[in-house]
Amino acid sequence: MERFVDVLAEWPRERILACVEAAGPGDVRGALNAELPGPALFAAMLSDAADPLLEEMAQCAHALRLQYFGRSVQLFSPLYVSDHCTNQCRYCGFNARNKLHRRHLSVEEAVEEAGAIAAMGIGHILLLTGDHRRMSPPSYIADIARAIKPDFPSVGVEVYSMTEEEYGGLVEAGVDSMTMFQETYSPDRYEYLHPAGPKRDYAFRLEAPERAARGGMRSLGIGALLGLQEFALDAFATGLHAWWLQKRFPGVEVSVSVPRLRPHEGEFLSPHGVDDRRFVRYIAALRCFLPRVGITCSTREAADMRDHIVPIGVTRVSAGVSTAVGGRRVKGEGVGQFEIADHRGVAQMEEAMGRLGYQTVSKDWESPEATAMAS
Amino acid sequence: MSTGTKDPFVIAGVTIASRLFIGTGKYGSDALIPAVAEASGASVITVAMRRVDKGGKGVMGHIPSRLRLLPNTSGARTAEEALRLARLARAAGCGDWIKIEVISDTRYLLPDGYGTAKAVELMVKDGFVPLPYINPDLYVARDCVAAGAAAVMPLGAPIGTNRGLQTREMLAILIEEMEVPVVVDAGLGRPSQACEAMEMGADACLVNTAIATASDPVAMAGAFRDAVIAGRTAWLAGPGGVKERGEAADPSSPLTGFLGSPAPGAAAGGA
Repeated sequence: MERFVDVLAEWPRERILACVEAAGPGDVRGALNAELPGPALFAAMLSDAADPLLEEMAQCAHALRLQYFGRSVQLFSPLYVSDHCTNQCRYCGFNARNKLHRRHLSVEEAVEEAGAIAAMGIGHILLLTGDHRRMSPPSYIADIARAIKPDFPSVGVEVYSMTEEEYGGLVEAGVDSMTMFQETYSPDRYEYLHPAGPKRDYAFRLEAPERAARGGMRSLGIGALLGLQEFALDAFATGLHAWWLQKRFPGVEVSVSVPRLRPHEGEFLSPHGVDDRRFVRYIAALRCFLPRVGITCSTREAADMRDHIVPIGVTRVSAGVSTAVGGRRVKGEGVGQFEIADHRGVAQMEEAMGRLGYQTVSKDWESPEATAMAS
Repeated sequence: MSTGTKDPFVIAGVTIASRLFIGTGKYGSDALIPAVAEASGASVITVAMRRVDKGGKGVMGHIPSRLRLLPNTSGARTAEEALRLARLARAAGCGDWIKIEVISDTRYLLPDGYGTAKAVELMVKDGFVPLPYINPDLYVARDCVAAGAAAVMPLGAPIGTNRGLQTREMLAILIEEMEVPVVVDAGLGRPSQACEAMEMGADACLVNTAIATASDPVAMAGAFRDAVIAGRTAWLAGPGGVKERGEAADPSSPLTGFLGSPAPGAAAGGA
């Protein structure tokens, strides 16, 4: 199918839940033994029937992780350049109604902050802004990307939804990857959680990764914010989205992020909290369903959890993180988008992964379009 | 580790001492690479340009200088992109030998035959020595060789799968037909599989995942070294015929019955 919205329409809530609820241990074992488990078997692995088989699933996921990604873990670091936001997402610290001292970096300040990240030895940077087209237009993001590209083999963006042409403009400026969290794949729940602002447009956000791929992005990251609705629904839809993106855009590298709701500025409490066993089940199921898809874990998770899920399937982690604007070299007093649970820097992460028998990799991209190596 | 001067292994006029090539990806620590290189006896090592950092940092700092570098173009989706990565490799001091990888399918990582053959053509014009990673497809292999490939590197199974010689029949055809070395690359999960590829007459094997992800990569490198030598020695020795069990089933319809019974004394023959 040409559009993910049509694929998702074939999997209404009732069908996903029926699949999950009907699953038994035999289906889970079938999924583990399948050459290429399809969406229905992925649903089985997300079901509670998989819980007694969690160890078997983790072992299977571990074997696939070693086969396709070996014992390496890619590092990246986020750079928040602006927390001005016009949205009112009920679960987010940058909510326009939260009274914050907002901060917006100039291009020069952003370059300075990026310099601090490069100095840590990180080659993959992720630029983030709040959703505020007037304060942080695509041209501003492109200007930052162009300015920092010589210091970073990979520049990614995690910003508001753009048009295909705007993504194309970012690609020309040196951006090679985009991340877009759908937050929740349920249109009703999405509407409730996003009462105001441009982000209210569910469909425009849902199709952002497709537009980015058509605009020339080499790498796409997607994810649901676990905890916004029933676990299995968003977990399934995320996997389905990654599966379809891989099929539809085979030349693009697809990865899945696995954020769980964390405390933040504001008062949103999740009625659908995802406990650790389910969280690990999700990662193992993703790895078994999509063996070659990257899995990213941010500092929303604590150090101990991150260390344990790397062997099960996580291939990319952040280090040396600040979720506030500024603060590394440029004076920053901002409040973070979410509370960081793992404060380790690059050296500490390297050491921790080394103890597990894994190696951090700070560079795993070289733009084939570039005319000269970043120098 | 080659079987000596009686059996030289030559690519593009260069004699290569070992018929086992190794890689640099997927290690739990790049610091293992020197010991793996030593144990494997390899003299050629591939490295992805996407992993090569400026100033010799990272993985490059662990590759023993005695090894010939075979930079690869992982990440390239087209021939033109592969050429750009090859030029970066040359500029970074990695030499002119390039393992061409043109892959535009991240789900299976299977090489694009057309794009690969085109990349060979572009690289030869630019003075490179291309070793293309291909499906074991006779037409693609011929196109690559016609365009100037110094060797072909067909896959035994999809990369990273450790499934062994799933493409055995096709590999056998390439081994028979190619006039350049055939280096079996990708999918070799066990030393016995590398040994089998060499017994079939492959000129060399490239092994990365199976060594890098073994519990003891150094010991596994040694096992692959021995396996490749054993397989090559067996090939040179000319294996005796082995009748597969069940191969010659009793014919339900005799094919020579019409000839009648032999005449008495005919079995002795002779004129």
